[in-house]
Amino acid sequence: MKEREKPDFWQKDLVQGRDLRELTTLNLGPTHPATHGIFQNVLTLDGEIILDTEQTIGYIHRAFEKIAERRPFYQITTLTDRMNYCSAPINNMGWHMTVEKLLGIELPKRVEYMRVIIMELARISDHVICNTIIGQDAGATTPFLYVYQWRERIYEVYEEICGARLTTNMGRIGGWERNFSDIVWKKIRAIVKEMPAGLKEFEKMLVRNRIFMDRTIDCGPLPADRALAYGFTGPNLRACGVDYDVRVADPYCSYQDFNFIVPIGQNGDTYDRFMVREQEMWESLSIIQQAMDKLDAMSDKTTFRADVPEWLLPPKEEVYNEMEALIWHFKIVMGETDIPVGEVYHCVEGGNGELGFYLVSDGGRTPFRLHLRRPCFIYYQAFPEMIKGGMLSDAILTMSSLNVIAGELDA
Amino acid sequence: MPGFVVKAERDQLVKDRMGALGEKITGITQEADMLCVHVKKDALHDLLRTLRDELGFGFLTTCCGMHFPGEAQDFGLVYHLHNMRQGHRIRVKCRTTLNDLEFQTATDLWPAANWMEREAWDFFGIKFKGHPNLKRILNMEDFPAFPLRKDYPLEDPTRRDKDDKMFGR
Repeated sequence: MKEREKPDFWQKDLVQGRDLRELTTLNLGPTHPATHGIFQNVLTLDGEIILDTEQTIGYIHRAFEKIAERRPFYQITTLTDRMNYCSAPINNMGWHMTVEKLLGIELPKRVEYMRVIIMELARISDHVICNTIIGQDAGATTPFLYVYQWRERIYEVYEEICGARLTTNMGRIGGWERNFSDIVWKKIRAIVKEMPAGLKEFEKMLVRNRIFMDRTIDCGPLPADRALAYGFTGPNLRACGVDYDVRVADPYCSYQDFNFIVPIGQNGDTYDRFMVREQEMWESLSIIQQAMDKLDAMSDKTTFRADVPEWLLPPKEEVYNEMEALIWHFKIVMGETDIPVGEVYHCVEGGNGELGFYLVSDGGRTPFRLHLRRPCFIYYQAFPEMIKGGMLSDAILTMSSLNVIAGELDA
Repeated sequence: MPGFVVKAERDQLVKDRMGALGEKITGITQEADMLCVHVKKDALHDLLRTLRDELGFGFLTTCCGMHFPGEAQDFGLVYHLHNMRQGHRIRVKCRTTLNDLEFQTATDLWPAANWMEREAWDFFGIKFKGHPNLKRILNMEDFPAFPLRKDYPLEDPTRRDKDDKMFGR
């Protein structure tokens, strides 16, 4: 970055002090193929060097916090899908865990391990998207088309579990809607077994690739103290060298039972962000393997929910045939079960960082207030500082390496 | 209540320090796993600075507005702060009234507060003194209302097919 800075005497009229530079204003977005989402940046350029940018966001704002104030808890799950849609199951599980914290529900270990498996699969698919798009924006189309098949394989697992691929609405408050089928386990096992080979090939293409390294090292760097002040979390913060991971700092969902490394970077540039995500995919694969081993060692193969009939809908065949199940079904759907008064904040390690839910309940059937801490929304405000003094093409790369997801940004 | 850990020792440190601030602190409560400090509006900025500089809460997790219609102090602001070294979180609450909706900005403490405060302005109409660029962020700029206030209807009020008697709050 340093060598690009030019002495400014030629830029100023020494007699009258006018700015002699011919500045260009460039509209990047709202819809631009390289921003991978709908947000606008009005850039001020001197030649190809970025002097400043003004961000406009909110193009897909859907007022989730307002809508949530009119919906019973189980209906809010579908809203959380649509935040970070690259890793929707993590959002779903985060929301379920928030409500479980409010209600004081404790889950059986088997359910928690199943959740861990799905959350880690979601993390892999999130990182696959982000990392291949970094390659794509740096000019390497092959990985994007090639490694995406792993995302497809993961989406097939989602499909087997809940029937949806992108907006999953997966799991329920208090457990899962049904036990995983044999096909699910077969598909997960196949991913854990076969993905390392694909990931290695992906790394061969980019990790020590001279062109890619020259392109990404020192591109959009941010020092750790600035990153913390800007509220960075997740892979972007870890790339700056801060080992903050919610899974380790505030273990939820039995993450304390697993052995994994929290990879960190050094310079907080695009290459480090890429590498942190890359390493995290390996760690996620290892966590999934560990969870499968733990599940295999359990004699229980059937538990998929906590015993909370007042919160979790009974199976449909029971609703049709049993009086009690029918009553619970009716009470849950009509929102007639008592909700405690209270306030909880719960956060999970989402694909992009600390995804937090601040839930205020006044005992009504819907939340009194739900505030969503969306990691994208908070760290995207550092973008102007990161790209100032760099080239326009570096700004594109920086943006894709931050993994700004429009749905999460705007909620 | 299962499922979470209360960090009582760390909480005690905060309580001790808050005791020295006297009547600026209107209350300290335990809400599930988190300690919550209630502070008077004019002392909010000083409290945040104290928490950041003296007690290690160097990370601003969230800042959001609240609206409690019908209460004497009907607006509020909630901060979640995080001491990453000690793994300790606290909540700071501050209440005010509709006629007195201007807070001191926290952008000088955390640049991250910039967009959070713009969001609070956008949705609740809470102003922040000293904010560098206080304008709407998610809604369009000529939006006529502050939509997260409770008196703003979610549904189109002219519709008759949406009946709140059965399915409302």
